Amino acid sequence: MAESFKFELVSPERLLLSEDVDQVLVPGSEGDFTMLANHAPVLAVLRPGLLDVTLQDGKEQRYYVRGGFAEAGPDGLTVLARLAINIDDLDRAKLNQEIKNAEEDVADADDDERRHAAQDTLDRLRSIQQTLQLG
Amino acid sequence: MSNLKDLRNRIASVTATQKITRAMQMVAAAKLRRAQEAAEAARPYAERMSEVLANLNARVGSNGSGPPMLVGTGRDDTHLLVVATAERGLCGGFNANIARIARVHAMRLIDQGKTVKIICVGRKGHDSLIRTFGTRVIDLVDLRAVRHVGYDNADAIAKRVFALFDEGEFDVATLFFSEFRSVLNQVPQALQLIPAALPEETDEKPVADGPQAAYEYEPDEEEILANLLPLNVGTQIFRALLENAASEQGARMTAMDSATRNAGDMIDKLTLHYNRTRQAQITKELIEIVSGAEAL
Repeated sequence: MAESFKFELVSPERLLLSEDVDQVLVPGSEGDFTMLANHAPVLAVLRPGLLDVTLQDGKEQRYYVRGGFAEAGPDGLTVLARLAINIDDLDRAKLNQEIKNAEEDVADADDDERRHAAQDTLDRLRSIQQTLQLG
Repeated sequence: MSNLKDLRNRIASVTATQKITRAMQMVAAAKLRRAQEAAEAARPYAERMSEVLANLNARVGSNGSGPPMLVGTGRDDTHLLVVATAERGLCGGFNANIARIARVHAMRLIDQGKTVKIICVGRKGHDSLIRTFGTRVIDLVDLRAVRHVGYDNADAIAKRVFALFDEGEFDVATLFFSEFRSVLNQVPQALQLIPAALPEETDEKPVADGPQAAYEYEPDEEEILANLLPLNVGTQIFRALLENAASEQGARMTAMDSATRNAGDMIDKLTLHYNRTRQAQITKELIEIVSGAEAL
């Protein structure tokens, strides 16, 4: 049994999750990473993606998160996301809206760097869409 | 002496008004609960956000070379006032109070020879400020169509503020809103957005374990800071909108409660007056009949 730690997922609207968990997969801007207990303190920016939480009883919860950051400290892990939706509540319409926004971002981007970032977001969204439709 | 029909009409009209105010009070009470829950649910996010920013600030900003959004443009000439009020009236002094502190603030800046620009969120504040400041009011964000304030609304306002900041349109941004303390107590407030007003880091933690555990940053500090500052402004605006929504309903509830009570008092007075007048008239008619009969 893995050691557990405190995890909080907070969006501007509300506190979505505050529990002891075994591990969390965080979509960081430099790459996804998995947090276990007693992780070194780290502060990472998020990119849009799926956040996998493994609860103490082994159950998994997935959230779609966008924008914000994850802070791991001695007290556990806190994820502040600008948008966080439980995957069960995420319907096709919302995802399509996100994809549309991303497409607009790609179109509006005025330099390469931003266009790459927006394109990356868009690709990730599309892959999420595929995963969900298959699953 | 006012005639009976007039009195009856007035009683009917005050009764109708009372029904409306009572209904508004009840609606406000229901909305208040929801708004209050929303405001409370948003607090953890805002609190964490300022904690993290304060941490980062202590690390990066202290050498005075942080991004302009944190340390300012170095000038203090043009001020942007974001004034958040309600879209509707009939809520006591709520809108007037916010507009007043904004006006006082703006007047003081103008007296100091600074340029003042105002963005209004909510029609009511706009109506009252545009009379004093005219063209200084550069924009109005209309939230009338919005039933529940979401983060997206706040984000849109924040984007507007950044766009102006990037164009060098202002040096200091201040946000005006009303903080919800209780149903009876809402405090109009000013909050500096840019440069970010961060809580001073307090050394309440025991220093026994030496300097705080070193954080790893991914990507580096400055990039994170550049990422977080806009997020912080959005969060502050969002919090302000939610606090405002709760305050507005609280103020309306109180205002409508006293309006209902006033209407009740008025109805009592008018009814008394009506009954007296009616009795006086009956007495008068009786006297006329009696004296008429005696004359025969």
